[in-house]
Amino acid sequence: MSHEATHEDVQAGSHAAPEGGLRGVVADWSADKQAFHVPWGKAMMWIFLLSDTFIFSCFVISYMTVRYSTTMPWPNASEVFALSFGGGDPIPLILIAIMTFVLITSSGTMALAVNYGYRRDKKKTVMLMAATAALGATFVGMQAFEWTKLIVDEGIRPWGNPFGAPQFGSSFFMITGFHGAHVTAGVIYLIVVARRVANGYYDRTRGGNYEMVEIAGLYWHFVDLVWVFIFAFFYLW
Amino acid sequence: MAYVAIADRDHEAHLHDPDTFITKYIWSQDHKVIAIQYGLTAIGIGLVALVLSGLMRLQLGFPDTFSFIDPNDYYQFITMHGMIMVIYLLTALFLGGFGNYLIPLMIGSRDMVFPFMNMLSFWVYLLAVLILVASFFVPGGPTGAGWTLYPPQAISPGTPGTTWGIILMLVSLAVFIIAFTMGGLNYVTTVLQARCKGMTLMRMPLSIWGIFMATILGLLAFPALLVSAIMMILDSLLGTSFFMPAMLAAGEIASYEGGSPILFQHLFWFFGHPEVYIVALPAFGIVSDLLSVHARKNIFGYRMMVWAILAIGGLSFIVWAHHMYVSGMNPYFGFFFATTTLIIAVPTAIKVYNWVLTLWRGNIHLTVPMLFAIGFIFTFVHGGLTGLFLGNVVVDLPLSDTYFVVGHFHMVMGVSPILVVFGAIYHWFPKITGRMFNETLGKWHFWLTLLGTYSIYLPMHYLGILGVPRRYYAYGTTDFIPESAMTMNTGITISALIVAVVQLIFLYNMIWSVFRGPKADPNPWKATSLEWLTPDTPPKHGNWGPDLPVVYRWAYDYSVPGAAEDYIPQNQPPDATHKTVDDHAEAVEQAPQDDGAPQA
Ligand code: HEM
Ligand SMILES: [Cu+2]
Repeated sequence: MSHEATHEDVQAGSHAAPEGGLRGVVADWSADKQAFHVPWGKAMMWIFLLSDTFIFSCFVISYMTVRYSTTMPWPNASEVFALSFGGGDPIPLILIAIMTFVLITSSGTMALAVNYGYRRDKKKTVMLMAATAALGATFVGMQAFEWTKLIVDEGIRPWGNPFGAPQFGSSFFMITGFHGAHVTAGVIYLIVVARRVANGYYDRTRGGNYEMVEIAGLYWHFVDLVWVFIFAFFYLW
Repeated sequence: MAYVAIADRDHEAHLHDPDTFITKYIWSQDHKVIAIQYGLTAIGIGLVALVLSGLMRLQLGFPDTFSFIDPNDYYQFITMHGMIMVIYLLTALFLGGFGNYLIPLMIGSRDMVFPFMNMLSFWVYLLAVLILVASFFVPGGPTGAGWTLYPPQAISPGTPGTTWGIILMLVSLAVFIIAFTMGGLNYVTTVLQARCKGMTLMRMPLSIWGIFMATILGLLAFPALLVSAIMMILDSLLGTSFFMPAMLAAGEIASYEGGSPILFQHLFWFFGHPEVYIVALPAFGIVSDLLSVHARKNIFGYRMMVWAILAIGGLSFIVWAHHMYVSGMNPYFGFFFATTTLIIAVPTAIKVYNWVLTLWRGNIHLTVPMLFAIGFIFTFVHGGLTGLFLGNVVVDLPLSDTYFVVGHFHMVMGVSPILVVFGAIYHWFPKITGRMFNETLGKWHFWLTLLGTYSIYLPMHYLGILGVPRRYYAYGTTDFIPESAMTMNTGITISALIVAVVQLIFLYNMIWSVFRGPKADPNPWKATSLEWLTPDTPPKHGNWGPDLPVVYRWAYDYSVPGAAEDYIPQNQPPDATHKTVDDHAEAVEQAPQDDGAPQA
């Protein structure tokens, strides 16, 4: 059965035709059965992401606060996060730029995967999800490299560093660590869903509905979006 | 066949009924079993907190008498008592317990939308409780930082439990938050997406509205606690300085520098104030339903009640710094937070008026749940009014950290929600167990608890105005605390011990009635909401028999003029209003079968 058909099934009995604008919002909210015309899995993911947004906001606001409360100078990010190739001049933020590029690209492949999921193109969906997971894993790999370099070569520790305020290292490891954990979890999540698409699990249990791909996609885009904020507030500021 | 979540399934055939003891009662995914597991665990750990409060009162009432309580113990008792009561008892009981039990039954679904995660939620919660309990047995004992866990003192030498206790406390909180999130996502999504046909949002019983909004508050407020727990763990274990300024600790220069203790306070209270409403909103909702059912009258101003719940929930995120007046802040901020705090009183007062107006000229049945509900109005008004005092900066400054505050918050978020918990347990006990409790014991329990708690907390306000500080192990001799205040302390302790012992009546009544109580009518209170209309009592797995219920009206059709009985169940079609329907299974069958969903 098609995606649209499932939709009909779940919301049958609530509305004849969806209305637009403010009236539509009121009609949705006051309907019986469902407040949103989405499967519950998607609604649940949205609510989770809202909650997760508060977690990341608290992290970022805390980082900003300690950046002001600390008495020592804040290290210059473009000096600390610079990388030189073959003995040349260090290029500021080059690794971070590549990492950001990789992650944004993975959002693109994820969007395509969702698209092909709705077209029921199993093979392309799985391939694109695998590509997304691979890009995510690359990101985590580069982050591991970055951490190693900072810890081993630059002597940056959570409790102190030679460049200035100890809160620099504390916030850095905490925030990128928490985000990296999200990416890692996302990679595993993507692999699980991709496997289930591949082995026909959703064909058997959900009438060939791949909405799980889209739900995984929501999470993935969220994690990418969070990275953009971390990039702006931690590395560029 | 299209996939339909268990919550929405229309035929029992699709349910896989658990058959072994383990799948039925231990690894159960049934929301009712999970609710009972949550409830019993929460009450169990709550009893620990009750015992701790008794020990504290013994020390305060009879100083220099009990050698087994030293100052460190006292601080550990305070901390564990406060944290357990607020989080592990009340939050878990209202949301994990009542939320789990009532949401699917009251909105007419078969279960939560994601039962497996719901089950995990309980087991992770149990893990959090076990970690918390473990801290009693580690070297150094549990943390003695006070339930607010303020740094720097929470992790600096001199405070009890800085080696293990504080870490276990923070880890336990983090684990609790994970458990809560798994359950909370379920509660919110189920309410939004899995209501039965005809159950619009504005027909939901207020219990569901309260639990729903409280869960949203939890999902948005617990993140701040999680983040502060993570940062404090890092400060303590790795020596980072998020919250720790440069300072002398126990005569030595500590290795910290440049952190912000005030940051912790902001994070903690950004969680902490909504937490008050996480506990209060379910109580508001449940009490509204109890009053309406037992006064045989529709709730006064249903719409206003819903909007008040939403307004209180929203406002509760912008008042947090009223807990920090003594920490010092820009006067304009003090002005802002005092103003928002007083504004919250408006929707709250609306609710109180509406409760009273619901009782006005009602056909009041003074059943045990009703007594507790009315008791709640008293204690809540009382605690709420002192809250108005404390919301003002100039009044708060001298009263902060005195027993006035202890009296205030015990009245408003200790006694009041607990009374609702009792009322709710008595109210739904016949549905949950299929048996009736002993009414006489219930009334004894009510009167002794209500009068007992008043005699504990009223005098505390007076002590606070005298200036008796809170969180003190012993007062010694001072100029400003008269001898009579110490006598009063002894009296408070005696009341507290009586109240604690009285709870045994409750436990005895419940345990005895589960096994020996007379069989209960499926709808003993003649209530309209769906949970009383299940084909079985207690409801079976899947709740509704072959077909989901269909709802035609709100939950408050009591004493409708012209109706055959003084209540009209929610699933009764408009044209059948004048017919007597007392067989509920029949009522379910009478509902039209074509609910529009083509079933494969
Ligand atoms: C019979 C019932 C209770 C008694 C006798 C009792 C007694 C006490 C005592 C003696 C203190 C310490 C006061 C001080 O030295 O500053 C305290 C603190 C506290 N209690 Fe209760 N309590 C009871 C029930 C509750 C309940 C139901 C709650 C739920 C909200 C609660 C929440 C708290 C909190 C949050 C604190 C503050 C802990 C701190 O200062 O860190 N209590 N209680
Ligand atoms: Cu508050």
